[in-house]
Amino acid sequence: MINPSFSGVASRRDFMKSITAVTALLGLPAAMAPKLAQAAQDEDKRPAVIWLHFQECTGCSESLLRSDHPDIPELLFDIINLEYQETLMPGAGLQAEHALHSAIENNRGSYILVVEGAVPLKEGGIYCKIGGVTAKKSLEEAVDGALAVVCLGTCAAYGGIPAADPNPTGAVSAASLVANKPLINLPGCPPNTYNLPATILYFTTFGKLPEMDEQNRPLFAYGRRIHDHCERRSHFDAGRFAKAYGDETHKAGYCLYELGCKGPETFANCSVLRFSDGLVWPISIGHPCVGCTEDKIAFHKKISDKAQVYHPASPSWYPPSAVEPQGKPVGAITTLVVGAAAGAAIGYAAGKGKSLPATTEEGEDHEKH
Amino acid sequence: MSSEHTYVKAPGKLITPTTVILALIVATGFSIIGYRLVFGLGVISNLSDGYPWGVWLAYDVAAGSAFACGGYSVAILCYIFNGWKYHPMIRSALVTSFFGYALAGLSVMVDIGRYWNAYGFMMPSRWQTNSVLFEVAVCIMGYTVVLLIEFMPSALETLRELKPNSFIKKLADFTAPKLDKVLMFFVVLGMTLPTMHQSSLGTLFVITGQQLHPLWQTNLLPLLFVSNAILLGFAVTLFESGLSAAGFKRPFEAEAFGVAKVVPIVGFFWLAVRFGDLIYRGHILTAFTPSFHMVIFWIETLLITAPIFIFLGKLNPRKLFYTALLLTLGGGMYRIDVYLVGFNPGDNWYAYFPSIPEALITFGFIALEVLAYIVLARLLRLLPAVHTAHN
Repeated sequence: MINPSFSGVASRRDFMKSITAVTALLGLPAAMAPKLAQAAQDEDKRPAVIWLHFQECTGCSESLLRSDHPDIPELLFDIINLEYQETLMPGAGLQAEHALHSAIENNRGSYILVVEGAVPLKEGGIYCKIGGVTAKKSLEEAVDGALAVVCLGTCAAYGGIPAADPNPTGAVSAASLVANKPLINLPGCPPNTYNLPATILYFTTFGKLPEMDEQNRPLFAYGRRIHDHCERRSHFDAGRFAKAYGDETHKAGYCLYELGCKGPETFANCSVLRFSDGLVWPISIGHPCVGCTEDKIAFHKKISDKAQVYHPASPSWYPPSAVEPQGKPVGAITTLVVGAAAGAAIGYAAGKGKSLPATTEEGEDHEKH
Repeated sequence: MSSEHTYVKAPGKLITPTTVILALIVATGFSIIGYRLVFGLGVISNLSDGYPWGVWLAYDVAAGSAFACGGYSVAILCYIFNGWKYHPMIRSALVTSFFGYALAGLSVMVDIGRYWNAYGFMMPSRWQTNSVLFEVAVCIMGYTVVLLIEFMPSALETLRELKPNSFIKKLADFTAPKLDKVLMFFVVLGMTLPTMHQSSLGTLFVITGQQLHPLWQTNLLPLLFVSNAILLGFAVTLFESGLSAAGFKRPFEAEAFGVAKVVPIVGFFWLAVRFGDLIYRGHILTAFTPSFHMVIFWIETLLITAPIFIFLGKLNPRKLFYTALLLTLGGGMYRIDVYLVGFNPGDNWYAYFPSIPEALITFGFIALEVLAYIVLARLLRLLPAVHTAHN
C-alpha cells in the first residue's frame, strides 16, 4: 500500500514553484528556472543518488524529510533518482545489500554519492559495520564509482560528535577518506534542508561543482557570516545582551553573544533561510548558535564560550544594559537641601547689593572720569 | 606707573564672622573629600556609569572654570583691545581665576575613580594625545601655573615691603625685575590656553552625540563655549567688583562701567551664534515645542539676553551688580545645561542630581575660593585704587 502523500504525483504548478525556489537559492537569474526544471525532469539526466549512513544520528535525513520546497516526494520522484537510502527504503538485509551493489554497478561513473556520518578507524574500523563490511571499506567502494561525493552533515564533513573528545572509535570525517573525486561538504547539524537539493541540481544543470570555499563548502550556502545577517544584530550593536537563560534580558530577545553564540565566527545560511519551512532557527528561539558548520567550533568549544568577534569589530565594552534603571534615584529631601543651600548662597550675595548706591549720577561721573 | 597708586589692600581684619563661616564650610567639604578618597565614589555620590560626570564636573570644572575666566576676559580687553585702561581690574581678576582653575583641577582629582593612577598624567609615555579630555587637562594645568606666575608681581610687591635684611625680601628683590622681563610671554600664554581648553570643554559634549538634547547639541559647541567663557569672565568680574565694594565697604570701582559696555558686544555675538545655529540645524521649532527642555532653554536664554540689553542702558552700581549676577547665573546655567540637564545617557539610568555630600564638597570649593579672595585682598594690594569724583 503506497502512502498517498508519497504518490509521486506533483502538480506542474507545485513542481515549478519548487524549482523557482531552488533557482533563487542558488542565486541564479529567474530565466534559469526552466533550464533547471528541464534538468530535473529529463529522465536520462535525473541524477542517480546513492546515500550511505555511517556513524551518525540520521538527523540530516530527518530534517530533509521535513523540507517543503521541494518536499520529499518531489525531491525523490522529480528531482533526483534515489537508488539507495537506508532510512527511506523498505528493503532490508541481503536484499538491501544487493540493491546497493547493483546500484553502484548500474550507475558506475555517473551517480552522486551522499555520505552521512563519520567513519571509525580504530581497531580496523570494527565499530561500524553494515552487512559484515566496515564503514571504511563500503565508503571506499562507493566512492570509487561515484561522479562526485557530497558529505552531508558535520559528522561526514568534519567528524562531528563521533570524532569529538575522547573519540573512542577513532572516528574521522568521511570527507577525509575521499580521494581523487570532486568533493562537496555540506556541514551542519543538520545542514539547511535546501542545501542538498540545490547542490545536486546545480551540479546536474551545469555539469560542474558550485563555487566553494577552502573547506569545500558551496559559497551560495556557506558564504555568509551568521552574525552579519542575524535578526538580533541590532541588539549586539546597541550592547544589549542576554545575561542568563530565562531572565529578563533573555525574554526581551537581546543578543545571545554573552551566552556563547558562535554567530560571529560561523558561516552558514541559517540566519537567512532558517529551518522548518523558514519558520524558526536556533537563535530565533533563544539558543545561541553553536557553530555546527565550522570544523573547529561545534563539539570542540563549549557552547558557553564566547565567540571571537572578527571585523567589523564591536566596542570592547558597553555600558551595562538593564531593564530597570540603574544608579540612585533623585531624592526630594536632597533636592530641597542642596537647592536651598545654593539659593541661600546666591541670595546672600544678592543681598550685598543693597549696600551699593543706586544713583545713576555717580555711575555717570565714573564714566566721565 | 607706581602700583601704590593703582592698587590698594582691602580694609578690615582677617578673622571676621564671614571668614569663620567660610572656613567651616571649607573644613566640612574637605573632610568629605577625605572620606570619599578612602571609601570611594559610590558611597557619597549619586554618580553612576550613566552619569559619570556630576556636579563636580558640571559646576566646578565647566561652569567654575568659566567663572574663573575673569583673568582671561580682562586680559584680552586690557592687553589687546584697550591699551591699559582697565589694568587696575586685572589683579583681583587673576586671583579669582587662579583659585577657580586650581580648584577645578582639584575637583577632577576628587572625581576620578582611581585617583591613585593620576600620576600617569605626568608621564608622557602614558599620554593619549588624541583625547579631547587630555587637551583640556594639559591646558587647565598649564593655565593654573601661568595664572600663578601672572599673579606673582603683586605677591612679590608685598614681600619687598618686608624688613630690609630678611632673606625673603632679598629673594623677592632679586626675582621681581627678572619676572617683569618675561611676564609678557606668560600674559600671551594666558590668553592662548583658555581659548584652547574653554572651546574643548564644549568639544567634550560634541562627542556625546545624540545623548545631548538637540537644543544644545551642535558642532559649534566649542565656539559657543569659548565665547560664553569670555562673557562669563566679564560678568563675574563685574559681580565681584560689586561684591567686594559692598563686602569691603569701599567705593564702587569706576572701571566697571567701562567693562559693562563691552559685555553686549560679546553677548550679541554669542546670541547670534546660538540662534543662528538653532535655525541652521532646523531646531528653532524645538525651542517652541512645549517640553521640560524648552522651559530650561528659555530660562537660560532670558538670563543671558536680559542682562545684555540692560547693560546697553544707563547703569548705576546696584543695577550693574544685579545685572552681572543674572548674567553669571545665565551663563553658568548654559554650561550646566550642556553637562547635565540636556544630557541623557539612556532609559537605563536614573536622572542625576547631586547627593548632599557631593554638594557639600562643591560648596567647600566655592567657600575656599571666596575665603582665599578675602584673605589675599586684605594681605596683598589687589583691588584697584578707587577714583571718586572728587579726586
